[in-house]
Amino acid sequence: MRLLLVVTCLLLAAAAAARAASTQADFDAALAAAAAAEKEAGALKNQWMPTEQALAAAKKAAAAGDFDTAVAQANEAEALAKASIAQAKEQQDAWKAGVIR
Amino acid sequence: MRRLYSILIAMMLLAPAHPPRAAADDAVNPDADFKAFRDYFTKTFAKVPLDDFVNGPYSMDAELRKQWQAIDDFPPYDFAVERGKEMFATPFKNGKTYGDCFANKGIGIRQNYPYFDDNSGEIITLELALNRCREANGEAPYSYVKDEMASLTAYMAFTSRGKLFDIKIPNDPRARAAYENGKRYFYTRRGQLNFSCASCHVQNPGNHIRTEVLAPALGIVAGMPIYRSEWNGMGTMSRRLVTCNSQTRAVPLTPQDEDYRDVEYYLTFMANGLPVSGPAARP
Repeated sequence: MRLLLVVTCLLLAAAAAARAASTQADFDAALAAAAAAEKEAGALKNQWMPTEQALAAAKKAAAAGDFDTAVAQANEAEALAKASIAQAKEQQDAWKAGVIR
Repeated sequence: MRRLYSILIAMMLLAPAHPPRAAADDAVNPDADFKAFRDYFTKTFAKVPLDDFVNGPYSMDAELRKQWQAIDDFPPYDFAVERGKEMFATPFKNGKTYGDCFANKGIGIRQNYPYFDDNSGEIITLELALNRCREANGEAPYSYVKDEMASLTAYMAFTSRGKLFDIKIPNDPRARAAYENGKRYFYTRRGQLNFSCASCHVQNPGNHIRTEVLAPALGIVAGMPIYRSEWNGMGTMSRRLVTCNSQTRAVPLTPQDEDYRDVEYYLTFMANGLPVSGPAARP
């Protein structure tokens, strides 16, 4: 019984460690990746508003010291930016299929 | 979960947006496009008189039309026309006026805009021409989306009512490239909602998006600028394009971006032969 309690405590501690608070460095890396993807979307003239909103939310959370939220929002922004890039590239030819003929 | 959501969106985007079709003919042929475009709308909406397409959603929905006719007893754009008329007649600091920048002193010329300028090789919209006129006369440019610009274009459209659009696409590779770019912009899906201009205004005229009745692309430029109840004020063609983009959750381009001017060129060419109806009121 005592062993089970110890193991449970160790597992909880490990889980907590796994969920350890993100750091400024984590945020910086996530933000850099998101910003690079959004810049690429901008070069394709195909940025999305939710990407911009996620980037703003990430910066706001980081400024408040909430790096978990900041990293999550930056990751969200990167995923959205990549989707907008994929859309732009797919549409470079796909638009022709919709033309009235 | 959010990551999964984003991946799902990406998968949707990568899926074919249309059924497979024959390979597109890449040759630029505005006249063939015009015929196909006109045939599509006149056959799809066979009961709508051709000239009525300039009335946008009112040509598609009888109830909405009744409301519009009631509103038009006291047109909400009248103030803009009056203000624009006054502005048009007021000299710049150097003594010149807007009329000095335009053919026929700027009266009754809306139907010729946008046009291809063979000196600069770019598309000149009425809004762009007005701000360039201001700058050439030492005045600061106006915002492209509303207020003064909407008033000036409202007055110029008002003096052109009933005149038929007559947009030329000269046999100049730069003009044809601008036309083709406008066409590309019109049919390209964008924004998180993955909509093109055509998604609403070719595939769904007369249908509702929330409470709005979608206008047909044919003649959609003819009523500009417009008083929109949704805006509680006037808006220019630039404002309409910016708003369309943001409604699809795309980051809008800068007003009068080359793509916006080119799509206006494309759409106005498609409206050739239809009468200027602006300024107009829209829900």
